[in-house]
Amino acid sequence: MIVATALVTFSCSSTEQMMDVEYTSPTVAPLTQVDSPSPDPRVGLGAGLFDAEEAAWNLTMVSQTPPPKDFLGVTNSDLAFKGKYAIQGNYNGVLVWDISDPANPVLTKEYLCPASQSDVSVYGNLMFVSGEGFSGRLDCGTEGVQEAVSDVRLRGIRIFDITDIEDPKYISNVQTCRGSHTHSVLKDPNDDDNVYIYVSGSAPVRPEDELPGCSDASPDEDSNSALFRIEVIKVPLANPEMAAIASSPRIFENLEEPPSHGLAPSDKEALETAKANGAFTVEFGGQENVLPSQFVSQLFKTQMGVDGEPTAADSAALREKLPSIISNMFGGGGDEDEDSRKGPTQCHDITLYPEIGLAGGACEGYGLLLDISDPVNPKRIDAVADSNFAYWHSATFSNDGNKVLFTDEWGGGGQPKCRESDPMEWGANAIFTIDNGKMNFKDYYKLSAAQTSEENCVAHNGSLIPVPGRDIMVQAWYQGGISIFDWTNPENAVEIAYHDRGPVSPDQMQMGGSWSVYWYNGAIVSSEIARGLDIFALEASPYLTENEIEAANSVKLDYLNAQGQPKFVWPKTFALSKAYVDQLERNKELNNTAVNMARQSLANAEKASPKMRKQILTKLASQIDGLASASGNSAKVKMLADSVRGLASNP
Amino acid sequence: MSFNLLLVNLTGRNNVYLKREFIKSMFKVTKVFRFTSVAMLCVMFWGCKSTQSTENTATESSAKADKAELEELYWAKIDSSKMNFTEADVKFMTGMIGHHAQALIMSELAPKNGASSQVQTLAARIINAQKDEIATMQNWLRERDQPVPEVNINGLNLMIHGTGMDHSNHMKMAGMLSQDQLVELSEAKGTEFDRLFLTYMIQHHSGAVTMVKTLINTDGAVQDEQAFRLATDINVDQITEIERMKLMLSQMSQESE
Repeated sequence: MIVATALVTFSCSSTEQMMDVEYTSPTVAPLTQVDSPSPDPRVGLGAGLFDAEEAAWNLTMVSQTPPPKDFLGVTNSDLAFKGKYAIQGNYNGVLVWDISDPANPVLTKEYLCPASQSDVSVYGNLMFVSGEGFSGRLDCGTEGVQEAVSDVRLRGIRIFDITDIEDPKYISNVQTCRGSHTHSVLKDPNDDDNVYIYVSGSAPVRPEDELPGCSDASPDEDSNSALFRIEVIKVPLANPEMAAIASSPRIFENLEEPPSHGLAPSDKEALETAKANGAFTVEFGGQENVLPSQFVSQLFKTQMGVDGEPTAADSAALREKLPSIISNMFGGGGDEDEDSRKGPTQCHDITLYPEIGLAGGACEGYGLLLDISDPVNPKRIDAVADSNFAYWHSATFSNDGNKVLFTDEWGGGGQPKCRESDPMEWGANAIFTIDNGKMNFKDYYKLSAAQTSEENCVAHNGSLIPVPGRDIMVQAWYQGGISIFDWTNPENAVEIAYHDRGPVSPDQMQMGGSWSVYWYNGAIVSSEIARGLDIFALEASPYLTENEIEAANSVKLDYLNAQGQPKFVWPKTFALSKAYVDQLERNKELNNTAVNMARQSLANAEKASPKMRKQILTKLASQIDGLASASGNSAKVKMLADSVRGLASNP
Repeated sequence: MSFNLLLVNLTGRNNVYLKREFIKSMFKVTKVFRFTSVAMLCVMFWGCKSTQSTENTATESSAKADKAELEELYWAKIDSSKMNFTEADVKFMTGMIGHHAQALIMSELAPKNGASSQVQTLAARIINAQKDEIATMQNWLRERDQPVPEVNINGLNLMIHGTGMDHSNHMKMAGMLSQDQLVELSEAKGTEFDRLFLTYMIQHHSGAVTMVKTLINTDGAVQDEQAFRLATDINVDQITEIERMKLMLSQMSQESE
């Protein structure tokens, strides 16, 4: 150290000469050549509640903490974060953990107040908790509610004062017709007096006798119907007990026949192969479909009068006539449904990204893009449907807002949907680019490790990890474990890390696994349905270097909500510039000479005196500028140059 | 608490079947009580231990013992949570198994009858989803010592065994296709099959949604977490599929114009 300082001092005083300090080059490898453990160690893990076998890759488990006894055996649900605390929802209430030492989370409060799903959010000194099930009580009692109509039932949002987070005070609640399965908290950049809560409820509408004004008739019969709408609750920050429903926007109005995203690349390939093998295809539902061979042979018989093996001429004739045959075969009919409404009656999740003014609504059979610049009146700007998607569950935007990823919670989360026989397009993520307010389908991503029939598994909740210059997400797959994947290239998402346990029970499906997992200030925190709170740390690998991890961890959040997406901004650090260099090398977007030059200069600058550092960095920035045009990724090179310039101007 | 509820529900009605279940439940309740008392002891014991272990450095073996005790408490609680159910929940599960089974019969026709690839995809997903849900509902009943209906499908014929319930009871459920409708569907081919399949499956799914509605309007029902989850999942999944099928139907009629 002393020697190095001496060297640097020496080099600084000699104006021209600069002694190079030593630096290390991380091992990098392109994502097209990911060398994941094979055979996949997640397949065939032994069962157990607290002693299940585990498999991890590029992820270290830092701690696993079981729930307290009143909450044990009851579902742990979603997470919210504030300061050094993680707040964990549980169907029996909420748990407040101090996670300042991730290796030893400390349970600071267990608040018994049953309701499902108990999804939690925070804003300022307020905490919001969702209640949807029929046994939630206004008085937080544990005895449930037996009557189908009752004035003690809570279905909606509970509001707590968490000025002292270790001792929350239940101050109010807002009842809603369908209860609150989940909710999202919207802080409008132009309104500092209120926050808004978007309530999504998927359970049936409660009786009017229980909550006046609730109607489950179709909106055509009753314009006040609780179906086909979401609720927006306005919470005055100065008087949170005055929180009330401000609007019930019908964001699904006229939602018919949305553009389908068309075929996935693998489907296209299958279609081309089938066509090459002489299959008959027909346009149906806006896309090309292969006709089943039995159907084709029937057509030969019934439509063309061909008995026996058709000749080449017969085939050509059928191909020509096919469109009109198909169209004739449709017949009339269908008009009995003309009057019935199409489209979703509610959303499951709405992910709010206020900095870009957009929200992603995952609403039954549709993924919606919403303009939320007027918080009380969200406007739908686009909608997508997908025949592979059973149930649109939640959305995550890329940090730049140019992409959105939707999840399909096929089977509702309680079913094993990651078995070897389950299609990779079902219960997966679908990735879309957003081009001028239109969503365009690119690809699916599903957990690749086959799970057993004793493991509930499907795409579920997660968050971005703020690795600069890349879109990396950590995601919960229930008993499929946790998967970290890179979706920078929307057409090819690649897994780069994971953790998984064997099933809770070896011989029956017992609910368990990661409900949700989020990156929060360097920790990866997972709510394990049966096993409690798990905390992980990223491990460096050729697909994610130490520099990239350090740059991610330089982002500091004051709070985080499950369905609220913060815009990440990276402080100008050496780790940031080094992360970009690693990425340019990984993707072969800068040659070795340039990469070494950049690393050497950054290492020198880091050790240099402030004055010398500025000189070195300014020179490096202009050198990098000069490399941009020759690079395969000039945008990334410019990001590197900007980060170096930013470093140079740091005081 | 759940014991009292059960008592009220079972003794309040004059029914031989229920009385049999009541005797079974009595047995089960005593079993749970035994479990719970063991578990309570465990908690107290574990509590003391864990205080000690924060003071000292926990040895691996004591941590292991804590985990084992905690695990015992977990299973005891899971077991006792299964006591919080009513006759309505049992009736719903039992009925829905038969209801789902008919959806399997309908869906299995799709590949044979030249359905479009879209309808085949839909049918395959219905088979996958409803088979899993049947297994979950059978498991739910089994864990609560209730008679478990076994599904036996032979072509268009559905046999439900093990409940003592008459098959005609199943046919009376909301949305169930009559045998004539099933035969009509099985004889339709190609596009005509698609149209009929979608029409009948909308009818069938709507019936399931009605069954959920009936369940939740029953006092004391759906307090059980698993039952709530299943009922609401069936509700939203089938509502979502109904929308999708209506859309497919309207696209079909537009294309034929």
